[in-house]
Amino acid sequence: MLARPERFFADRFGLNARAMERLLGTTLAGRVDHADLYLEYRVSEELVLEEGAVKKASRHVSQGAGIRAQSGERTGYAHTDDLALPNLEEAARQARAIADRASTSAVVAVGADGPPHDLYSLPEPPIAADLGRKLQLLGQMDAAARGLDPRVRQVIATLGSEDVVVMIATPSGWTVGDVRPLTRLNITVIVEDGARREIGSYGGGGRVGFPFYLEQDRWKHYTTEAVRQALMKLDAVEAPAGEMTVVLGPGWPGILLHEAVGHGLEGDFNRKKTSAFSGRLGQPVASELVTVVDDGTIQNRRGSLNVDDEGVPTRRNVLIEKGILRGYMQDRLNSRLMGMEVTGNGRRESYAHPPMPRMTNTFMLAGQDEPADIIRSVPRGLYAVNFGGGQVDITSGRFVFSASEAYLIEDGRVTRPVKGATLIGNGPEALTRVSRVGHDLKLDEGVGTCGKDGQSVPVGVGLPTIRIDRMTVGGTQV
Amino acid sequence: MQDLLADLLKQATRRGATAADAFVVQDQSFSAQVRLGQVDTVKHAREQHMALRVFVGKSVAAASTSDLSAEAMTRLVDEAVSLARVTSPDELAGLPEATELARQVPDLDLRDPRGHDLPPEEKIELARRCEAAALGADARITNSEGGDFGDRRARYAYATSHGFSGAYETSSFSLAVAPVAAENGEMQRDSWYHVTRKRERLDGPEEIGRIAARRAVRRLGARRVKTAEVPVIFDAETAATLVRHIAGAASGPALYRRASFLVGKLGERIAAPSITIVDDGTIPGGLGSRPFDGEGLPVRRTVLVDQGVLRSYVLDTYTGRKLGLPSTHHAARDGSGVSVSTTNLHLAAGDRAPADLIRSVKSGLYVTELIGFGVNGVTGDYSRGAVGLWIENGELAYPVEEITVAGNLLDMLHAVEGVGNDLVFRDRTAAPTLLIGRMTVAGS
Repeated sequence: MLARPERFFADRFGLNARAMERLLGTTLAGRVDHADLYLEYRVSEELVLEEGAVKKASRHVSQGAGIRAQSGERTGYAHTDDLALPNLEEAARQARAIADRASTSAVVAVGADGPPHDLYSLPEPPIAADLGRKLQLLGQMDAAARGLDPRVRQVIATLGSEDVVVMIATPSGWTVGDVRPLTRLNITVIVEDGARREIGSYGGGGRVGFPFYLEQDRWKHYTTEAVRQALMKLDAVEAPAGEMTVVLGPGWPGILLHEAVGHGLEGDFNRKKTSAFSGRLGQPVASELVTVVDDGTIQNRRGSLNVDDEGVPTRRNVLIEKGILRGYMQDRLNSRLMGMEVTGNGRRESYAHPPMPRMTNTFMLAGQDEPADIIRSVPRGLYAVNFGGGQVDITSGRFVFSASEAYLIEDGRVTRPVKGATLIGNGPEALTRVSRVGHDLKLDEGVGTCGKDGQSVPVGVGLPTIRIDRMTVGGTQV
Repeated sequence: MQDLLADLLKQATRRGATAADAFVVQDQSFSAQVRLGQVDTVKHAREQHMALRVFVGKSVAAASTSDLSAEAMTRLVDEAVSLARVTSPDELAGLPEATELARQVPDLDLRDPRGHDLPPEEKIELARRCEAAALGADARITNSEGGDFGDRRARYAYATSHGFSGAYETSSFSLAVAPVAAENGEMQRDSWYHVTRKRERLDGPEEIGRIAARRAVRRLGARRVKTAEVPVIFDAETAATLVRHIAGAASGPALYRRASFLVGKLGERIAAPSITIVDDGTIPGGLGSRPFDGEGLPVRRTVLVDQGVLRSYVLDTYTGRKLGLPSTHHAARDGSGVSVSTTNLHLAAGDRAPADLIRSVKSGLYVTELIGFGVNGVTGDYSRGAVGLWIENGELAYPVEEITVAGNLLDMLHAVEGVGNDLVFRDRTAAPTLLIGRMTVAGS
């Protein structure tokens, strides 16, 4: 949309650096530990094809400001979608009301050390790409899906694009902006064979331009995968129930890490000591084959950010190193209260929400094993390669993630496909049972959205092929 | 607000729309969280947005904005109309017939005119008392995710180019707490809550706190159980999630896309005769009540499942036309257009006391919480993570966790062997305790 967020808010709303400093300085400064102003302007577009035609198209514009004042563990947050200065001043007063009895007045300085990232500069943001080309691509996907198999009865293809301009200012005058493009292309097919009916879904995207989908025929790959998965499920047998060895394929099955350890390593739960990982820094929480990182700095990835939503540059943070718990993911509040470094993980869904520690792109580093050998090593087990969503109870550590494509392993060979089943485990234990790690690390295609406390943010996951010696599979076949 | 909409629709027509509808919503909300007796987060918010849907002939498009200035409204119209010129025509697209529109906007008592006046300090105090009650209820409650109070008031207006214009206001109040119980190095969190449209009808903070504490403490000492096929009782909260899955499968968009296990099942037996599922948007003060749906049609009471027989789907005008059926007046709106949603959805109460249902099970599972997304709406295949209590000889014997419950929703509905008499609306969807004869529980 444009390259300079500070100019954008100044030109459009008269909110220049001086106006913001005055707002933060006079209304907020001096009596709180931290205060910030977050401005956001978001344009998004959604195109939906079904029954062979794009019958649904929509465009949305939202804008607003979130103002936060913190003292001690207290946070006051006010937001408004009216960016007129008097409104922002009112919001600032409300935010401060909560933080009034502050003991200190220090504003935590955050070193914006090093050059800022430039992770997603694009010649043309996806939202600006020609509408005709977008519609044409959705039509091609529909035709391709139907051409693959006569059992394809329905095709729903969705292309979403957005551009978000943000700017963050603190009373120390420190201001940082970012322009964040994001796009996602998804296809869902319904197949029917006699009385049996199944669904398959696939997609991808990132902080990339529209041509991304045409490069390497990605759109064809998404289409073929959705159809293949749906047809495969038509033949699926009942999934097994009970404990068994599980082999996870590379890529999206990395959702295991997101649920099993990721959320439990977010700073807020650990400061409050409500996480199953609280107080376990330096202790073994996984097999020594396991190293897990959260990296917000990968070029063009869905979970990447130049700066987080508190203006802190993102980093590559090692969470678990060779099985030992090394670090938590932090926002400003929790890092300050825990006396730890900020890690660039302070994120929010929009101006209407205060930031929290959140993941970016979370994955396990590659190991040494040949993926085929890992499968061969299992006499009886489950090979799961695609998943729907997952969820975790942070406090007890119990997590689930639901396989949408899985197969039985019998005598070291992948045999019959099984119906979808939920896998359940205990976060601090599950990764201690990882006995093989493949050399085939893959990041997901760029479709993940993480929900926490009612806030959704785009994230990435990644995994090499791994073997988990024991995990409960929630099928129906006893 | 209605004047604003009338102006917007006029502009849309002038710019080439052959028909249009629009809504605007303005809301104001407050929330406070207190943790370990200290204020943790307080939020104030004021939000608004406006959404327009236009038809150009048989083509349709939508646009929305949070900026209600005259300039932004002109842009909104331009964007919607130009998008509608590139989308494909759809013979069935269009507004409902004018004759079907609601002729009056009934007062369903959805607003609490004085409830929001409570000063912020007293709202915070409610959250504090709620958490204090939980922390004080048992020595094993050692920590907390916090007590929360929230209130929201919203004004909603909707209008169409063929003559409908209506508006209403709503209030909502919520109080919740999530305590953490600990013993022998084990930690368990649970929560309890209440949501109402009238502040005075909120359960007392002490009562909510005590129940939350009891729920957290009873999870301590959780074990795993051996994989088995057993009777499963869903408590009222988890039974309500099953009702949501049924309504999801009965929804128009899922049906015309053939992405539902209820395709072609209208008029057929889909559940045990003890199962009746009703959606009633007319309940005065109901959390899901609304005086008209998202297309201006009057809301009503719909029996979805009558003694086990599927009697109605959940449809708006478009999905109804796709299926050759009239709308059931379940249209809901968002910025992208029209979808469907239920209102006050519930499974009708049976005649068995929950304790009686538990007593009838020799060995089985009593489910109190479900996690994960393992529900396939196309096939009805069901597999979710569960937390609960193990039943032995008709008694709740010990807590269990790290297990799954699996089956198929249609099989589960047919296998219902008991319906509780404990129907209470705590949310928009409610159900009594439900006993299902047999499901697979996977554990160790």
